[in-house]
Amino acid sequence: MSIWSYANPVKFLTLSARVQPVLWVLSLAFVATGLIWGFFGTPEDYRQGATVKIIYLHVPAALMAINAWFMMLVASLIWLIRRHHVSALAAKAAAPVGVVMTVIALLTGAIWGQPMWGTWWAWDPRLTSFLILFLFYLGYIALWEAVEDPDTAADLTSVLCLVGSVFAVLSRYAVQFWNQGLHQGTSVPVATGGRSVDDVFFYPLVLCMIGFGLLFIALVFYRTGTEIRLRRAAALRARAGRAA
Amino acid sequence: MRALLIRDLTLALRAGGGFGLGLAFFLIVTVLVPFSVGPQAELLQVIAPGVLWLGALLACLLSLDRLLALDFEDGTLDLLVTAPLPLEAALSVKALAHWLTTGLPLVLAAPVLGVLLNLAPPGYLWLVASLALGTPALSVIGCFGAALTVAIKRGGLLLSLLVLPLYVPTLIFGAEVARRGAGGQEVTTPLLMLAGITCAVIALMPFASAAVLRMGLR
Repeated sequence: MSIWSYANPVKFLTLSARVQPVLWVLSLAFVATGLIWGFFGTPEDYRQGATVKIIYLHVPAALMAINAWFMMLVASLIWLIRRHHVSALAAKAAAPVGVVMTVIALLTGAIWGQPMWGTWWAWDPRLTSFLILFLFYLGYIALWEAVEDPDTAADLTSVLCLVGSVFAVLSRYAVQFWNQGLHQGTSVPVATGGRSVDDVFFYPLVLCMIGFGLLFIALVFYRTGTEIRLRRAAALRARAGRAA
Repeated sequence: MRALLIRDLTLALRAGGGFGLGLAFFLIVTVLVPFSVGPQAELLQVIAPGVLWLGALLACLLSLDRLLALDFEDGTLDLLVTAPLPLEAALSVKALAHWLTTGLPLVLAAPVLGVLLNLAPPGYLWLVASLALGTPALSVIGCFGAALTVAIKRGGLLLSLLVLPLYVPTLIFGAEVARRGAGGQEVTTPLLMLAGITCAVIALMPFASAAVLRMGLR
Protein backbone atom coordinates (compact mmCIF):
# COMPACT_ATOMS: atom_id res chain seq x y z
CA MET A 1 0.00 0.00 0.00
CA SER A 2 1.76 3.13 -1.18
CA ILE A 3 0.93 6.76 -0.61
CA TRP A 4 -0.29 6.99 -4.23
CA SER A 5 -3.39 4.96 -3.37
CA TYR A 6 -4.72 8.13 -1.78
CA ALA A 7 -4.77 9.70 -5.23
CA ASN A 8 -8.09 7.89 -5.50
CA PRO A 9 -10.66 10.51 -4.39
CA VAL A 10 -12.79 7.97 -2.50
CA LYS A 11 -9.82 6.67 -0.53
CA PHE A 12 -8.68 10.22 0.06
CA LEU A 13 -12.08 11.26 1.40
CA THR A 14 -12.22 8.25 3.71
CA LEU A 15 -8.78 9.00 5.08
CA SER A 16 -9.56 12.69 5.37
CA ALA A 17 -12.82 11.98 7.23
CA ARG A 18 -10.92 9.77 9.66
CA VAL A 19 -8.00 12.10 10.43
CA GLN A 20 -9.83 15.41 10.30
CA PRO A 21 -11.47 15.29 13.77
CA VAL A 22 -8.11 14.42 15.32
CA LEU A 23 -6.37 17.21 13.43
CA TRP A 24 -8.99 19.79 14.36
CA VAL A 25 -8.94 18.93 18.05
CA LEU A 26 -5.15 18.77 18.21
CA SER A 27 -4.59 21.98 16.28
CA LEU A 28 -7.16 23.96 18.26
CA ALA A 29 -5.74 22.59 21.49
CA PHE A 30 -2.20 23.55 20.52
CA VAL A 31 -3.18 27.02 19.29
CA ALA A 32 -5.40 27.69 22.31
CA THR A 33 -2.79 26.51 24.82
CA GLY A 34 -0.02 28.38 23.04
CA LEU A 35 -1.99 31.62 22.78
CA ILE A 36 -3.41 31.58 26.30
CA TRP A 37 -0.05 30.65 27.77
CA GLY A 38 1.62 33.25 25.57
CA PHE A 39 -0.85 36.05 26.24
CA PHE A 40 -1.42 35.57 29.97
CA GLY A 41 1.28 33.25 31.24
CA THR A 42 4.44 35.01 30.05
CA PRO A 43 5.96 38.20 31.47
CA GLU A 44 6.18 41.39 29.45
CA ASP A 45 9.43 42.04 27.66
CA TYR A 46 11.53 44.63 29.46
CA ARG A 47 11.90 46.76 26.34
CA GLN A 48 8.93 45.86 24.17
CA GLY A 49 6.28 45.63 26.87
CA ALA A 50 3.12 43.79 25.97
CA THR A 51 3.67 44.17 22.20
CA VAL A 52 6.07 41.23 22.27
CA LYS A 53 3.07 38.92 22.53
CA ILE A 54 2.07 39.46 18.93
CA ILE A 55 4.95 37.11 18.11
CA TYR A 56 2.62 34.17 18.86
CA LEU A 57 0.51 35.06 15.85
CA HIS A 58 3.12 36.67 13.62
CA VAL A 59 5.82 34.01 13.51
CA PRO A 60 3.57 30.94 13.02
CA ALA A 61 1.52 32.74 10.34
CA ALA A 62 4.64 33.80 8.47
CA LEU A 63 6.01 30.27 8.71
CA MET A 64 2.84 28.74 7.31
CA ALA A 65 2.55 31.38 4.58
CA ILE A 66 5.85 30.16 3.13
CA ASN A 67 5.20 26.48 3.80
CA ALA A 68 1.79 26.70 2.12
CA TRP A 69 3.44 27.89 -1.09
CA PHE A 70 5.99 25.10 -0.76
CA MET A 71 3.19 22.56 -0.34
CA MET A 72 1.46 23.97 -3.43
CA LEU A 73 4.74 23.60 -5.32
CA VAL A 74 5.01 19.92 -4.37
CA ALA A 75 1.32 19.30 -5.17
CA SER A 76 1.72 21.05 -8.56
CA LEU A 77 4.73 18.90 -9.40
CA ILE A 78 2.77 15.74 -8.52
CA TRP A 79 -0.08 16.91 -10.75
CA LEU A 80 2.25 17.67 -13.66
CA ILE A 81 4.13 14.40 -13.36
CA ARG A 82 1.48 11.89 -12.27
CA ARG A 83 -1.80 13.64 -13.15
CA HIS A 84 -3.56 12.93 -9.85
CA HIS A 85 -6.59 15.20 -9.63
CA VAL A 86 -6.58 15.18 -5.83
CA SER A 87 -3.12 16.71 -5.90
CA ALA A 88 -4.20 19.58 -8.15
CA LEU A 89 -7.26 20.21 -5.99
CA ALA A 90 -5.14 20.19 -2.84
CA ALA A 91 -2.93 22.89 -4.36
CA LYS A 92 -6.03 24.88 -5.24
CA ALA A 93 -7.39 24.41 -1.71
CA ALA A 94 -4.15 25.51 -0.05
CA ALA A 95 -3.85 28.84 -1.87
CA PRO A 96 -6.57 30.81 -0.01
CA VAL A 97 -5.27 29.47 3.32
CA GLY A 98 -1.80 30.63 2.36
CA VAL A 99 -3.06 34.05 1.37
CA VAL A 100 -4.82 34.47 4.73
CA MET A 101 -1.62 33.47 6.55
CA THR A 102 0.32 36.03 4.50
CA VAL A 103 -2.20 38.73 5.34
CA ILE A 104 -2.07 37.83 9.07
CA ALA A 105 1.72 38.01 9.00
CA LEU A 106 1.71 41.36 7.20
CA LEU A 107 -1.01 42.87 9.42
CA THR A 108 0.40 41.70 12.76
CA GLY A 109 3.82 42.85 11.59
CA ALA A 110 2.42 46.31 10.83
CA ILE A 111 0.59 46.49 14.17
CA TRP A 112 3.79 45.53 15.98
CA GLY A 113 5.96 47.77 13.84
CA GLN A 114 4.01 50.92 14.55
CA PRO A 115 4.95 51.24 18.26
CA MET A 116 8.32 49.47 17.93
CA TRP A 117 9.86 50.77 14.72
CA GLY A 118 7.66 53.87 14.64
CA THR A 119 6.28 52.93 11.23
CA TRP A 120 3.54 50.72 9.85
CA TRP A 121 5.54 49.73 6.85
CA ALA A 122 9.14 49.85 5.73
CA TRP A 123 10.62 48.70 2.44
CA ASP A 124 12.65 46.11 4.23
CA PRO A 125 13.70 42.93 2.38
CA ARG A 126 11.54 40.60 4.45
CA LEU A 127 8.48 42.81 4.31
CA THR A 128 8.92 43.39 0.61
CA SER A 129 9.37 39.73 -0.24
CA PHE A 130 6.23 38.92 1.74
CA LEU A 131 4.34 41.53 -0.24
CA ILE A 132 5.60 39.91 -3.43
CA LEU A 133 4.56 36.49 -2.12
CA PHE A 134 1.11 37.97 -1.49
CA LEU A 135 0.95 39.13 -5.13
CA PHE A 136 1.95 35.66 -6.30
CA TYR A 137 -0.87 34.13 -4.26
CA LEU A 138 -3.36 36.61 -5.72
CA GLY A 139 -2.24 35.89 -9.27
CA TYR A 140 -2.38 32.13 -8.66
CA ILE A 141 -5.94 32.27 -7.26
CA ALA A 142 -7.08 34.65 -9.99
CA LEU A 143 -5.75 32.30 -12.66
CA TRP A 144 -7.62 29.35 -11.14
CA GLU A 145 -10.82 31.38 -11.25
CA ALA A 146 -10.29 32.68 -14.77
CA VAL A 147 -9.78 29.41 -16.66
CA GLU A 148 -12.98 27.51 -17.26
CA ASP A 149 -11.77 24.02 -18.07
CA PRO A 150 -10.60 22.51 -14.73
CA ASP A 151 -7.78 20.41 -16.19
CA THR A 152 -6.37 23.30 -18.18
CA ALA A 153 -6.65 25.50 -15.08
CA ALA A 154 -4.72 22.92 -13.07
CA ASP A 155 -2.02 22.73 -15.76
CA LEU A 156 -1.61 26.48 -16.10
CA THR A 157 -1.59 27.20 -12.37
CA SER A 158 0.92 24.41 -11.79
CA VAL A 159 3.39 25.92 -14.24
CA LEU A 160 2.73 29.35 -12.76
CA CYS A 161 3.50 27.92 -9.32
CA LEU A 162 6.82 26.50 -10.56
CA VAL A 163 7.88 29.67 -12.36
CA GLY A 164 6.60 31.78 -9.47
CA SER A 165 8.71 29.83 -6.98
CA VAL A 166 11.87 30.59 -8.93
CA PHE A 167 10.99 34.27 -9.13
CA ALA A 168 9.96 34.41 -5.47
CA VAL A 169 13.43 33.18 -4.47
CA LEU A 170 15.03 35.56 -6.96
CA SER A 171 13.02 38.50 -5.59
CA ARG A 172 14.05 37.55 -2.08
CA TYR A 173 17.72 37.95 -2.96
CA ALA A 174 17.07 40.98 -5.15
CA VAL A 175 15.38 42.98 -2.40
CA GLN A 176 18.04 41.92 0.06
CA PHE A 177 20.59 43.41 -2.27
CA TRP A 178 18.49 46.51 -2.81
CA ASN A 179 17.85 47.48 0.79
CA GLN A 180 19.39 46.62 4.10
CA GLY A 181 16.97 45.22 6.62
CA LEU A 182 15.06 46.73 9.50
CA HIS A 183 13.44 43.40 10.36
CA GLN A 184 15.36 41.42 12.96
CA GLY A 185 16.94 38.10 12.12
CA THR A 186 14.98 34.91 12.50
CA SER A 187 13.98 34.26 16.11
CA VAL A 188 14.27 30.51 15.90
CA PRO A 189 17.15 29.53 13.60
CA VAL A 190 16.80 25.78 13.21
CA ALA A 191 20.14 25.22 11.50
CA THR A 192 22.37 26.81 14.12
CA GLY A 193 20.36 25.73 17.14
CA GLY A 194 20.91 29.06 18.87
CA ARG A 195 17.98 31.34 19.36
CA SER A 196 17.38 34.93 20.35
CA VAL A 197 14.13 34.24 22.17
CA ASP A 198 14.16 33.40 25.86
CA ASP A 199 12.71 30.06 27.04
CA VAL A 200 9.78 31.85 28.66
CA PHE A 201 8.59 33.06 25.27
CA PHE A 202 9.92 30.13 23.32
CA TYR A 203 7.77 27.23 24.56
CA PRO A 204 4.37 28.87 23.90
CA LEU A 205 5.74 29.96 20.51
CA VAL A 206 6.60 26.37 19.61
CA LEU A 207 3.10 25.28 20.64
CA CYS A 208 1.62 27.98 18.39
CA MET A 209 3.82 26.97 15.47
CA ILE A 210 2.81 23.31 15.78
CA GLY A 211 -0.82 24.36 16.19
CA PHE A 212 -0.74 26.57 13.08
CA GLY A 213 0.88 23.76 11.13
CA LEU A 214 -1.82 21.28 12.15
CA LEU A 215 -4.50 23.87 11.51
CA PHE A 216 -3.16 24.38 8.00
CA ILE A 217 -3.20 20.63 7.32
CA ALA A 218 -6.74 20.33 8.70
CA LEU A 219 -7.93 23.25 6.57
CA VAL A 220 -6.33 21.83 3.44
CA PHE A 221 -7.95 18.44 4.07
CA TYR A 222 -11.30 20.12 4.59
CA ARG A 223 -11.08 22.38 1.56
CA THR A 224 -9.76 19.59 -0.69
CA GLY A 225 -12.76 17.48 0.31
CA THR A 226 -15.03 20.38 -0.61
CA GLU A 227 -13.33 20.76 -3.99
CA ILE A 228 -13.68 17.02 -4.71
CA ARG A 229 -17.39 17.12 -3.85
CA LEU A 230 -17.87 20.24 -5.96
CA ARG A 231 -16.23 18.46 -8.88
CA ARG A 232 -18.57 15.49 -8.35
CA ALA A 233 -21.61 17.71 -8.16
CA ALA A 234 -20.62 19.33 -11.44
CA ALA A 235 -20.20 15.90 -13.03
CA LEU A 236 -23.62 14.77 -11.77
CA ARG A 237 -25.23 17.94 -13.06
CA ALA A 238 -23.61 17.45 -16.47
CA ARG A 239 -24.87 13.86 -16.59
CA ALA A 240 -28.38 14.90 -15.57
CA GLY A 241 -28.29 17.59 -18.26
CA ARG A 242 -27.38 15.03 -20.92
CA ALA A 243 -30.10 12.61 -19.82
CA ALA A 244 -32.84 15.23 -19.88
CA MET B 1 11.97 31.54 -38.29
CA ARG B 2 13.15 34.48 -40.32
CA ALA B 3 9.83 34.59 -42.11
CA LEU B 4 8.00 34.68 -38.79
CA LEU B 5 10.24 37.48 -37.53
CA ILE B 6 9.73 39.54 -40.67
CA ARG B 7 5.99 38.92 -40.56
CA ASP B 8 5.72 40.03 -36.92
CA LEU B 9 7.85 43.10 -37.53
CA THR B 10 5.85 44.12 -40.59
CA LEU B 11 2.54 43.65 -38.79
CA ALA B 12 3.77 45.71 -35.85
CA LEU B 13 5.15 48.51 -38.02
CA ARG B 14 2.08 48.87 -40.26
CA ALA B 15 -0.68 51.19 -39.18
CA GLY B 16 -2.71 49.83 -36.28
CA GLY B 17 0.10 47.55 -35.23
CA GLY B 18 0.55 49.40 -31.96
CA PHE B 19 4.20 50.16 -32.70
CA GLY B 20 4.09 53.69 -31.34
CA LEU B 21 1.82 52.87 -28.42
CA GLY B 22 4.54 51.86 -25.95
CA LEU B 23 6.73 54.76 -26.99
CA ALA B 24 3.90 57.26 -26.60
CA PHE B 25 3.07 55.83 -23.18
CA PHE B 26 6.71 56.13 -22.11
CA LEU B 27 6.71 59.76 -23.26
CA ILE B 28 3.48 60.50 -21.38
CA VAL B 29 4.68 58.98 -18.10
CA THR B 30 7.99 60.80 -18.24
CA VAL B 31 6.50 64.15 -19.18
CA LEU B 32 3.78 63.94 -16.54
CA VAL B 33 6.17 63.16 -13.66
CA PRO B 34 7.52 66.73 -13.31
CA PHE B 35 3.93 68.02 -13.26
CA SER B 36 3.02 65.69 -10.43
CA VAL B 37 6.12 65.95 -8.22
CA GLY B 38 7.10 69.54 -8.99
CA PRO B 39 9.84 70.99 -11.18
CA GLN B 40 12.75 71.11 -8.68
CA ALA B 41 15.83 70.09 -10.64
CA GLU B 42 17.54 68.33 -7.73
CA LEU B 43 14.51 66.19 -6.93
CA LEU B 44 14.09 65.21 -10.57
CA GLN B 45 17.75 64.34 -10.80
CA VAL B 46 17.38 61.93 -7.87
CA ILE B 47 14.32 60.13 -9.19
CA ALA B 48 15.13 60.25 -12.92
CA PRO B 49 16.70 56.75 -13.26
CA GLY B 50 13.84 55.13 -11.37
CA VAL B 51 11.15 57.00 -13.27
CA LEU B 52 12.69 56.14 -16.64
CA TRP B 53 12.92 52.45 -15.70
CA LEU B 54 9.37 52.43 -14.40
CA GLY B 55 8.09 54.14 -17.54
CA ALA B 56 9.88 51.63 -19.75
CA LEU B 57 8.50 48.70 -17.73
CA LEU B 58 4.93 49.98 -17.87
CA ALA B 59 5.19 50.72 -21.57
CA CYS B 60 6.36 47.15 -22.06
CA LEU B 61 3.51 45.81 -19.92
CA LEU B 62 0.98 47.82 -21.92
CA SER B 63 1.94 46.15 -25.18
CA LEU B 64 2.00 42.60 -23.82
CA ASP B 65 -1.58 41.60 -24.49
CA ARG B 66 -1.02 42.33 -28.19
CA LEU B 67 1.90 39.92 -28.22
CA LEU B 68 -0.18 36.78 -28.78
CA ALA B 69 -3.82 37.87 -28.61
CA LEU B 70 -4.11 39.01 -32.26
CA ASP B 71 -2.55 35.79 -33.52
CA PHE B 72 -4.87 33.82 -31.27
CA GLU B 73 -7.93 35.55 -32.67
CA ASP B 74 -7.14 34.97 -36.35
CA GLY B 75 -5.92 31.40 -35.79
CA THR B 76 -2.25 31.96 -36.59
CA LEU B 77 -1.33 30.65 -33.17
CA ASP B 78 -2.99 27.29 -33.84
CA LEU B 79 -0.93 27.00 -37.00
CA LEU B 80 2.23 27.84 -35.10
CA VAL B 81 1.51 25.15 -32.51
CA THR B 82 1.12 22.51 -35.22
CA ALA B 83 3.94 23.85 -37.42
CA PRO B 84 7.19 21.86 -37.79
CA LEU B 85 9.04 24.75 -36.16
CA PRO B 86 9.34 24.04 -32.40
CA LEU B 87 6.95 26.21 -30.44
CA GLU B 88 9.79 27.24 -28.14
CA ALA B 89 11.63 28.74 -31.10
CA ALA B 90 8.49 30.39 -32.45
CA LEU B 91 7.84 32.04 -29.09
CA SER B 92 11.45 33.17 -28.80
CA VAL B 93 11.10 34.81 -32.21
CA LYS B 94 7.86 36.46 -31.18
CA ALA B 95 9.50 37.78 -28.00
CA LEU B 96 12.40 39.04 -30.11
CA ALA B 97 9.99 40.82 -32.44
CA HIS B 98 8.24 42.32 -29.42
CA TRP B 99 11.55 43.57 -28.09
CA LEU B 100 12.58 45.03 -31.45
CA THR B 101 9.32 46.94 -31.76
CA THR B 102 8.83 47.92 -28.09
CA GLY B 103 12.01 47.53 -26.05
CA LEU B 104 14.53 48.86 -28.53
CA PRO B 105 12.65 52.13 -29.24
CA LEU B 106 12.35 52.63 -25.49
CA VAL B 107 16.10 52.18 -25.07
CA LEU B 108 16.76 54.71 -27.84
CA ALA B 109 14.21 57.21 -26.49
CA ALA B 110 15.38 57.00 -22.88
CA PRO B 111 18.37 59.41 -23.15
CA VAL B 112 16.17 62.08 -24.75
CA LEU B 113 13.63 61.77 -21.95
CA GLY B 114 16.54 61.72 -19.49
CA VAL B 115 17.32 65.29 -20.56
CA LEU B 116 13.78 66.30 -19.64
CA LEU B 117 14.23 64.80 -16.17
CA ASN B 118 17.66 66.39 -15.62
CA LEU B 119 19.46 63.05 -15.44
CA ALA B 120 23.03 63.37 -14.12
CA PRO B 121 25.57 63.32 -17.03
CA PRO B 122 27.37 60.07 -16.12
CA GLY B 123 24.00 58.33 -15.93
CA TYR B 124 23.20 58.33 -19.67
CA LEU B 125 25.57 55.56 -20.60
CA TRP B 126 24.45 53.30 -17.73
CA LEU B 127 20.77 54.06 -18.27
CA VAL B 128 20.99 52.95 -21.88
CA ALA B 129 23.14 49.98 -20.98
CA SER B 130 20.79 48.78 -18.23
CA LEU B 131 17.71 49.23 -20.39
CA ALA B 132 19.36 47.47 -23.32
CA LEU B 133 20.23 44.56 -21.03
CA GLY B 134 16.97 44.52 -19.07
CA THR B 135 14.20 45.06 -21.62
CA PRO B 136 14.81 41.72 -23.43
CA ALA B 137 14.08 40.01 -20.09
CA LEU B 138 10.85 42.02 -19.83
CA SER B 139 9.79 40.86 -23.30
CA VAL B 140 10.57 37.20 -22.62
CA ILE B 141 8.85 37.16 -19.20
CA GLY B 142 5.92 39.03 -20.73
CA CYS B 143 5.70 36.39 -23.43
CA PHE B 144 5.20 33.79 -20.69
CA GLY B 145 2.44 35.90 -19.14
CA ALA B 146 0.79 36.37 -22.53
CA ALA B 147 0.95 32.63 -23.23
CA LEU B 148 -0.59 31.94 -19.83
CA THR B 149 -3.57 34.22 -20.39
CA VAL B 150 -4.09 34.06 -24.16
CA ALA B 151 -7.01 31.64 -24.05
CA ILE B 152 -8.78 33.59 -21.29
CA LYS B 153 -11.39 36.10 -22.30
CA ARG B 154 -10.52 39.60 -21.11
CA GLY B 155 -7.26 38.36 -19.64
CA GLY B 156 -5.59 41.79 -19.73
CA LEU B 157 -5.99 42.57 -16.04
CA LEU B 158 -4.96 39.06 -15.07
CA LEU B 159 -1.90 39.34 -17.30
CA SER B 160 -0.75 42.47 -15.46
CA LEU B 161 -1.32 40.84 -12.07
CA LEU B 162 0.64 37.73 -13.04
CA VAL B 163 3.53 39.54 -14.69
CA LEU B 164 3.92 42.24 -12.03
CA PRO B 165 5.76 40.13 -9.41
CA LEU B 166 7.80 38.42 -12.13
CA TYR B 167 9.16 41.83 -13.19
CA VAL B 168 10.38 42.77 -9.70
CA PRO B 169 13.96 41.37 -9.83
CA THR B 170 14.64 42.83 -13.28
CA LEU B 171 13.35 46.22 -12.20
CA ILE B 172 15.38 46.24 -8.98
CA PHE B 173 18.68 45.42 -10.64
CA GLY B 174 18.04 47.52 -13.75
CA ALA B 175 17.08 50.63 -11.81
CA GLU B 176 19.99 50.01 -9.43
CA VAL B 177 22.46 50.06 -12.33
CA ALA B 178 20.97 53.30 -13.65
CA ARG B 179 20.90 54.90 -10.19
CA ARG B 180 24.44 53.95 -9.30
CA GLY B 181 25.63 54.99 -12.74
CA ALA B 182 24.00 58.39 -12.35
CA GLY B 183 25.54 58.76 -8.89
CA GLY B 184 28.99 57.86 -10.19
CA GLN B 185 29.22 54.68 -8.10
CA GLU B 186 30.44 51.19 -8.90
CA VAL B 187 27.89 49.36 -11.08
CA THR B 188 29.52 45.98 -11.68
CA THR B 189 27.49 43.85 -9.23
CA PRO B 190 23.95 44.88 -10.23
CA LEU B 191 24.99 44.92 -13.88
CA LEU B 192 26.20 41.33 -13.68
CA MET B 193 23.04 40.28 -11.81
CA LEU B 194 20.88 41.97 -14.45
CA ALA B 195 22.81 40.26 -17.24
CA GLY B 196 22.44 36.95 -15.39
CA ILE B 197 18.67 37.33 -15.09
CA THR B 198 18.33 38.26 -18.75
CA CYS B 199 20.43 35.33 -19.98
CA ALA B 200 18.62 32.89 -17.69
CA VAL B 201 15.12 33.94 -18.73
CA ILE B 202 16.05 33.98 -22.43
CA ALA B 203 17.37 30.44 -22.05
CA LEU B 204 14.61 28.98 -19.87
CA MET B 205 11.41 31.00 -20.23
CA PRO B 206 10.53 29.94 -23.82
CA PHE B 207 10.14 26.35 -22.57
CA ALA B 208 7.69 27.42 -19.87
CA SER B 209 5.85 29.69 -22.33
CA ALA B 210 5.56 26.94 -24.92
CA ALA B 211 4.36 24.47 -22.28
CA VAL B 212 1.57 26.73 -21.04
CA LEU B 213 0.58 27.71 -24.57
CA ARG B 214 0.16 24.04 -25.55
CA MET B 215 -1.90 23.45 -22.40
CA GLY B 216 -4.00 26.54 -22.97
CA LEU B 217 -4.82 25.74 -26.59
CA ARG B 218 -5.47 22.06 -26.12
